[in-house]
Parts: sequence; structure tokens; C-alpha cells
Amino acid sequence: MSTRALSLDRAAPSAAGTPEWKRYARAYARNASSMAGLAIVAIFLVIAAVGPWIVPYPEDGRGAVHLDAKLQPPSRAHWFGTDEVGNDVYTRVVLGARVSLQIGLIITVLAALLGVPLGIVAGYLRGAAGELIMRITDVFLSVPALVLALAVVGALGPGILNAMLALALVWWPGYVRLVQGKTLALAQETYVEAARAGGAGRLRIVLLHILPNCVSPIVVKVSMDMGSAILAAASLGFIGLGAQPPYPEWGAMISHGRNYLPTWWWYSAFPGLAIYFTVLGFNLVGDGLRDLLDPKSRG
Amino acid sequence: MLFGLLCLTFAISHVMPGDPARLAAGPDANQSMVDTLRARYGLDRPLPVQFARYVGGLARGDLGESLRSRNTVRDDLLRYFPNTFELVTLSLLLAVALGVPLGMLSAAYRDTWIDHWTRVVSVSGVALPAFWLGLMLQLLLALYMGWLPLGGRLGLTAAPPAPITHLLFVDAALRGEWRTLGDALAHAVLPVVTLCFPALASILRVNRAEMLETLGQDYIKTARAQGFSGFRVVTRYALRNAMIPTLTMIGLRYGWMLGGTILVETVFDWPGIGLYAVSAAVSSDFQPIMGVTLLIGLNVMLANLLVDLAYGWLDPRIRRPRTT
Repeated sequence: MSTRALSLDRAAPSAAGTPEWKRYARAYARNASSMAGLAIVAIFLVIAAVGPWIVPYPEDGRGAVHLDAKLQPPSRAHWFGTDEVGNDVYTRVVLGARVSLQIGLIITVLAALLGVPLGIVAGYLRGAAGELIMRITDVFLSVPALVLALAVVGALGPGILNAMLALALVWWPGYVRLVQGKTLALAQETYVEAARAGGAGRLRIVLLHILPNCVSPIVVKVSMDMGSAILAAASLGFIGLGAQPPYPEWGAMISHGRNYLPTWWWYSAFPGLAIYFTVLGFNLVGDGLRDLLDPKSRG
Repeated sequence: MLFGLLCLTFAISHVMPGDPARLAAGPDANQSMVDTLRARYGLDRPLPVQFARYVGGLARGDLGESLRSRNTVRDDLLRYFPNTFELVTLSLLLAVALGVPLGMLSAAYRDTWIDHWTRVVSVSGVALPAFWLGLMLQLLLALYMGWLPLGGRLGLTAAPPAPITHLLFVDAALRGEWRTLGDALAHAVLPVVTLCFPALASILRVNRAEMLETLGQDYIKTARAQGFSGFRVVTRYALRNAMIPTLTMIGLRYGWMLGGTILVETVFDWPGIGLYAVSAAVSSDFQPIMGVTLLIGLNVMLANLLVDLAYGWLDPRIRRPRTT
């Protein structure tokens, strides 16, 4: 509701021309928490990339059964203990990184692909179509994402794919709001008017003058949303509507481990820590990027 | 807005590729059973007709029927919503009561240890999965220490007070049943803390950022130069201006909390609409989910309206144009 007003009176054009990336990198590196976030995200990405090759029991990610080793406490052989069918929790947490990365990427990329063009249409063309887009956006934003996702998954049926679809479907309005506000402000800028006066077509103005200037807030939002999307997908997994066993998804693991509290605490404790650090990492990176690229929207 | 919300819930329940009739009939049902159910729900009619029937039903307060509880969704919501309302209200009050002063302190004592710790709270709060935090609190404080009850609203031996307002705390207090009230409060501690934590974190964060900005402004310097005490400057002059963005965040967080009840109520077995929606969703009971979605959407709209009204009260200059 307030986003539009804020971006109107606070909007400032980003610096045109090539970004001096070294200066930016140095400014980013000066902030300890941003660097901590970057380190966490880097570790997460490495684990997601090489996970299947570094885990001690790769077959446990596909739901192998070793009943002789079930519910063992953390030990040298099983760093994070084992679950009720004897799967190594450490293996499953490591493999879960890749799952979470995929989930986060798919949700945010789909949402941005849907939201950014709509936001530009609403902000630049305005008119009845723009008005309609914004009204629909408002309606979507009036229901908390998790509730709406629950309703959509309820309609589609549980499963990781449906959960991702549902979350992408409830995630795009945020991008429409962001881009529409930014576009409205940019459309008033002198250089856009100059381009228009020079006879540039709408498409050209949008692609060459408006879109590039929307990139930094979009990048900031994407990095923030990666964390929240992973969290939301884990939440759906926790209530049993997301990933189904034996898929190594953190939320679903916590949900199963819950039945084995308090004695077998490691089963749900470690996947939770994994979610926490991953989301924390993306949030810190998002914060750092925002301070750097879009300092006016800090808050 | 309301019409839009109706369209949205209708679209999810009637237009999306999922088939509520098939879900309701279960995986073993044959085609004729599905068709019977489809005819019973009117799902075989053209969409505009379905929409008209849907809106007409809602106008009469008909939200459909829960396949699982065999009650009308309206009755179920009336029964469960007061529990959610109490949970969310208490959590929001706690989040504001802690978040605003902490944000203020953090800004006033910038770069001291107070500031560092509150920032740790604020970054952790939004990153911690609420359901996991709830489980870990249960593990530590209920299962290991035994200080607090595990879940539910009342102990097994306690009888709820005869309803007056249907709000358990209020009813227990009105009837003078103090033991019940104490028991209910003990049961509420963990869910309220769990639900409050992420909201506390973001309220704190926004309030800190806004306070820092406000404290740097000329009129604050003037007030300080005129010899007003630091406490007065911070609480009386700076806070009021910093409250407007904070209030936006409080409004946003109210909506988030209603969503968060889905998780927190599941963890703590709290008999509210969140738990109701989840149990409906896992058993493919469709109408209750739509009822809950609609109810929560209405609540969020109401909260936004209240926030808009509060803007005007905080800052008389604001005569906001209609935005929604």
C-alpha cells in the first residue's frame, strides 16, 4: 500500500553507465554481516553443487532402509544421528541443500518472470490494463502467502512440484508492486521524456531505459526472496503438503522428526539449523546488496 | 477489494486444474462417484453460474460443509476463530511491546552492545523457521524442563469456563475462574512467544532504522539544543515520527501472523483456524480451506483499514488518497 508512495517521492535514478564493480565489491566487503551472509550462501551453494559426491551414505537420500541402525544418536559414523529407518541425517541434510536451492530458484525466478513484465505494463502503460493488474495484485497481497499457498496446494493436491507452483503463484505480486512503483517514477525522468521526444517507441524505452534501472531493486528482492521462498516451501513440507518422503527436504524431515521428540531430538534439530543458516545467509546478502544498490529503500 | 477476494477464492476452488470433487471422493473412487459429487457441489455447471451460486451462498453465510467434521464451515470457523484471535492478538501485543522499545533503545545506543544484541535478534527472528523454533522451545521448556505445558489450550483436568465472549481468557476472567485463567496463560506462553518472534524481529528492525533516520534530523537537534532531556527527545519527538513506517510493518505482520498460525497452531495443537485449515488440507477437505482463506483475507483488509486510520491519527498531515 505504501510502497508506491514511498518509491514515488524517494525515487532516484541509479547511476547510468558501467557500474564500478570493484568499488562496489569493496563497499560490500566493508560490512561484516554482509560478508558473513555471503560466506554462508557460498558454503550452501558449494554443498548444493557437490552434495551427492561428499555424503557418506548417498543411498540414504533415496530412502534406503537400514533398520539395524535406526535412531542412533550423533556419533563419528553418523554426525547428525540416524532417523527411524536408519538413514543418516547428515546425508539427508546435505542432500536437502540442493533441493532447497532448486525450490528457492524456481519460486523466485517464476515469480519474477511473471511479476516484472506485469509491473512494467502496470507502471508504464497504465490505463485500464494497468489498473486491473494492480487491483489483482492488491487482492493477492491481501491474503498471507502461506495461507494462499495452502489453499492452492489444497486444490492441486500435495507434492513438491505443486508446492513450488503454489508458492510461485502467490509470490509474483510482490514483484509487480516493486516494479510498478519504480516504473512510475522512472517514466517521469527527464531522460525517458527525452527518449520519448526523440521518437523512441514504447518497447525501446521500456527495454533500454526502464528495465535496466529496475534491475538493482529486483536483484535485492530476489536475494531476499530466496530465503523466504525456501522457508515457505519448508513450511509446506512441515505441514505435509510439500515434499513427500523419502525426498530429502528439510521441512518434511522436521515434520517426521517431530514424532520422535524429545528422545531422538537430532532428527528434527539439524534440518532446522540448516534452514535457519540458509535463510539467514540469503537475508544478510539481501541486506548488504540493498545497502549498496538501493540505499534509499532501507528500512 | 472484497469482490476481488471472492474472485480469487472462487478461482482457486473452481477454476484451477485440481479437481475438488476427485479430491473429496478419494483416490479409490470411480468416475461415477466423482460425477455424483461434482453434481452435488454444482461443479458441472458453467463457471458464471457457479460463481453466482458461490457468491449467493456466501451472502447467506454459507461457506460449505466440512467433509471431515460434518459441520458447516461457518460453525467450525465460529468455534475456532476466537482461539486464533486470542493467539494472534497476544503475540502482536507482545511483539509491539518488545519490538518498539528495543528498536528505540537500539537506535539511541547505536553501536553499543545493546544495539549489537538487538540486531542479532532482528536478523535471527526472520530467518528462524517458526515451526522449528516452536518445536525446540517445546523440547527445552516443556519436555526437558517441564516448566510449561506441551500444547493445547487447557490441561486435561481443567474445564473451560461457560462461554460469554468465546474468548477463553476473557471468559475465565469474567467468571472469576482464576485457576483456569492461569492454566490457559501457561498454555499460551510457548505459542505466543513462537508466533511473536519473527514479528518482533521485523518491528524492531524497522523501528530502529526509522529512529536512526529521525534522530539525525534538524528538529531533533534543535530539541536537544534547547535542553530537552535525551529521554524526552527520543520518546516524545522522535518516536512519533518513526512510528509511521513501524505501524505499516505492524499491519503487515498482523497478516503474516495469521498465516503463521498455520504452523504455530500445528506445532502446539492450538485449536484455531490455522490447525483447522491444515487438518482439512491434509485430508483433502476443500471447503474449510477456502473458508479460512476468505476469513484471513477479510481480517487483513480490516487490519489495513485500521492502519490507514492510525496514520491520520499519528500524523495529521496525512490525508492519504484512496489506494485500494
